Amino acid sequence: MRNLLLQGLLKRPLTEAPPSHVDAEIDALGARLADLARRKLGRSISIREVDAGSCNGCELEIHALNNAFYDVERFGLRFVASPRHADLLMVTGPVTHNMREALERTYAATPAPKLVVAIGDCGSNCGVFAGSYACAGPVSSVIPVDLEIPGCPPTPRDMLEGLCRLVEIVSR
Amino acid sequence: MGWLLDTLRNARRIERAKPWPRFEVDADMWSRLAAATGAGDADMLSLWSDGEAVHLAMMNRTAREIAIASFTPVDRRFPSVAAHHAPAQRLERMIHDIYGFAADNSPDERPWLDHGRWGLRWPGGTPEAVPSAWQSYKFLEAGGAPLHQIPVGPVHAGIIEPGHFRFSANGETVVRLEERLGYVHKGVEQLMRRKSIDACVAIAGRISGDSTVAYALAFALAVEAAIGVEAPKRAQALRGIMGELERLANHFGDVGAICNDASFSLIQAHCHILRERVLRASQACFGHRLMMDRIRPGGVAADMAADGEAILTALVGEIRPAFDHIRTVYDSVNSLQDRRVRTGLLSRNLAEQFACGGYVGRASGRAFDARQWPGYAPYDRSLKPVGRTAGDVDARVWVRMDEILASMAMIERLVADLPSGEIRHEIAVAVDCEGSALVESFRGDVFARVRLAADGNVTHAHLRDPSWFQWPLLEAAIEGNIVADFPLCNKSFNCSYSGHDL
Repeated sequence: MRNLLLQGLLKRPLTEAPPSHVDAEIDALGARLADLARRKLGRSISIREVDAGSCNGCELEIHALNNAFYDVERFGLRFVASPRHADLLMVTGPVTHNMREALERTYAATPAPKLVVAIGDCGSNCGVFAGSYACAGPVSSVIPVDLEIPGCPPTPRDMLEGLCRLVEIVSR
Repeated sequence: MGWLLDTLRNARRIERAKPWPRFEVDADMWSRLAAATGAGDADMLSLWSDGEAVHLAMMNRTAREIAIASFTPVDRRFPSVAAHHAPAQRLERMIHDIYGFAADNSPDERPWLDHGRWGLRWPGGTPEAVPSAWQSYKFLEAGGAPLHQIPVGPVHAGIIEPGHFRFSANGETVVRLEERLGYVHKGVEQLMRRKSIDACVAIAGRISGDSTVAYALAFALAVEAAIGVEAPKRAQALRGIMGELERLANHFGDVGAICNDASFSLIQAHCHILRERVLRASQACFGHRLMMDRIRPGGVAADMAADGEAILTALVGEIRPAFDHIRTVYDSVNSLQDRRVRTGLLSRNLAEQFACGGYVGRASGRAFDARQWPGYAPYDRSLKPVGRTAGDVDARVWVRMDEILASMAMIERLVADLPSGEIRHEIAVAVDCEGSALVESFRGDVFARVRLAADGNVTHAHLRDPSWFQWPLLEAAIEGNIVADFPLCNKSFNCSYSGHDL
């Protein structure tokens, strides 16, 4: 235990000592996002994630945004537990009929600016689940969507890039 | 021959079913098999329908035999298996919702996946349009004056899948938990009908995204069994490497998340670094972080990167010492021990009754691992399932930590002995055929049964997630625990919503 804590103090953190080119890019992306968010929202961005029918693949990669390599909280991106605390909804999955109402209610409970990002191929076009009796459709067929981030699943970097673009669009 | 094949010796055998025999049975035999399974003589591997018949797959571990019994419903009814064997309840409710076959004397006739929202009923049978409407759902009762109910979900506070939990609590203590699932039902069995094998393996790999390798492998092995081909040796080894990488990534992620739910986030921070390292190595070796669409019937879609051996050797070299550290910390922190030991107890009896697979079963003394038996390449039968007997959150974490060590060693061995040669055989279907497979995902055994038509398309595919036999046990394990320990218990099971909801 002591060793692990000491190691945390003595070793350089993964996030600030980018071991590769990729991580330096993430830093730059994140810093830009933080700056944009502050200018537009006057604060950082609170995100509520809603799984509206996903296979759980997108959720795994959204989780990765919080690990030490990406650590999006340092850019002011924070995942919150309630839509009432959120500026932005990240919605995954083809929206299933069984989740449709829950998604609509979550959207209704979100205060302005109510930004919505549809994550993954399923979020934008139902992916391999297109045409099923059980799917209501892509996220945009149920609630207004500001940006779609494709991928199956999109990588954490894809998502950071997408969020950056979104804030840029909104800032215009 | 054990009792199972002996009982079925006079039943009509369907010759095309591979590798495990399938028999057409009458109502009497069906009920006899259900009763024997209920008495513990066999494990139920799955119970499903394809719109024509209902099928019951059973495994007798004592005599090492597996058989499938099929019954053609009469007037859309079949004798209930659940009347003899409780683990069949939700599967029977699913069969009714999707295919319209009702179980006679079923102990629970409430709908399961059908929430009244599809605009039709019996999508897999003869679909009938019905207006989509809110349907009330009668939760089981819990009586007594001081009880209160806590409804949770379907949208949860964390970044997790949706489902509804209804707690009846007495103060802080959970008296009853009842799950209501089906929110992420995507209709996968109907989506796979009359589609090409390639289209279906892509869908199979997205039934539960965290187990995409295991699902694609289960589907591929079932197709290969049906046709009678085997993947080349190199492909088998690559599949093994991918399967173990998937196991590592999920175990790291969940060990961290469980500790986080016990308010010890330090381990989570470190575990998630290890998970990310595994995902990056997977990307570098196989071109996808979760390794989706890498496994195809006949072999693998693409070979490992040229520097794959070096990447994987470096990966294990890096994560092994880091993980040793984490194990030591996990074992030595009192506050963590206080939360995890004797929390969420699952008895061996229940684990055996439900044929509960994976770390949940193995932590309660059910020593079963599909990699060992029935077994599949590249695993050898000398593999010993790691096991514990305490049945609590702690035991489930220890099983996973032991499996992390085992998986790292397996990856090293597979990389060292990687055969050269082809990575894929062509798949050609000429006749109506069917195959089954059992694959050990990180979560437990995935059962797959695929029927192919002579034109090469899939007639019907059924993939049974391990969660079908774990979700009901979470309800049992949480009883008597405090509400605040639910996230901890839930995470220690980590059942799949999407895999279960189909």
